[in-house]
Amino acid sequence: MPLSAEVESLSVVIEIGGMPVRLNTTDPVFLSMLHDRYSGYISSSVQAEIEFEVDLSPRATPDPDADVSVTSCSGRWTLARGDFHAEWEPAARRGKIRQSANPYSIDCVLRILHTLILAKQGGFLLHSASAIRNGRAFLFAGVSEAGKTTISRLAPPDVTLLTDEISYVRKDGEGYRAFGTPFTGELAKLGENVSAPITALYLLAKGNENRIEPIPSGEAARSLLANLLFFAEDEELVQRVFHSAFEFVSRVPVSRLTFFPDARVWELIG
Amino acid sequence: MSRLYIGRNPRVAARSIDGEMMIMSGRDSTLFTLNKTATILWQAADGATPLDQIVDQKICTEFEVSSADALKDAETLARELASHEILEISEQPIAARRSSGESR
Repeated sequence: MPLSAEVESLSVVIEIGGMPVRLNTTDPVFLSMLHDRYSGYISSSVQAEIEFEVDLSPRATPDPDADVSVTSCSGRWTLARGDFHAEWEPAARRGKIRQSANPYSIDCVLRILHTLILAKQGGFLLHSASAIRNGRAFLFAGVSEAGKTTISRLAPPDVTLLTDEISYVRKDGEGYRAFGTPFTGELAKLGENVSAPITALYLLAKGNENRIEPIPSGEAARSLLANLLFFAEDEELVQRVFHSAFEFVSRVPVSRLTFFPDARVWELIG
Repeated sequence: MSRLYIGRNPRVAARSIDGEMMIMSGRDSTLFTLNKTATILWQAADGATPLDQIVDQKICTEFEVSSADALKDAETLARELASHEILEISEQPIAARRSSGESR
């Protein structure tokens, strides 16, 4: 009779923004949940850029209500919230995540991870809906209730929705490219896992008519910065993200899109 | 009365866009947009030029204000910017020990 049983290691590669991340677990139910949650973003790639061991402990941290904390020390990132604790060593391309078997914690870890990866590359995650029309990507930024989900819901059939909540923006040569994300808002529908060059960023405002107005560069930069997702308490990365925002507004037209919530707004786009 | 010297905090990121100077704290990501006078102070804050000289050369030539009043206001403003860790203030020249991180 064996003294110990070998535990089968199960894994899944989730590829968002062209960045494959492998998650290893020993729990087949959790693995199945990941397959369902990230459907469309599961990669068949054997090689992953980053690999995490997921430890499904019943309780991740002593304070279940603790806010997000993202800190770096000696080349190791620590990502924590009341419901998870994760560590990531970029040089080793490995990390570990401790959380309970729920989809929300891993989703937050992945969002934070991608903000860190993108910050180094001149990109970012943005509170915005995004969509592709005629091979070009359009971003629709705004705080909660600004209309991200509404404009996504109103999109005609020839529009490919990338997300109704969190846009994935990567630098691409002299321009930028938007990728689909599984990070959903009220629409609760995963974006398509495709990408396209970004043609415009619209700052959303609801009104009685549909119109697009240019806005001054300073206001564009301020608005972009206000809608960026960034969690790390790290001076170097904060400075990088700050400069990335200015680079973006110097290369991508930013306008205010005031819209009345019906499908006609899409006549102005694309 | 001792002279004051002002230097840029290297732990912030700064950008000038369409004449607006924006600064972000690297510590807590707070974004500041500087007014015209604060922008003049920021741009002149080399750590080596005394504040009174900055006021005489950059502020009194720009605004119709007496040197004494301008210096008093500039000191108040510089201390406020220092309280947000945008500027550093010293009664000694601040060594040119770092760059500001500013890009234009």
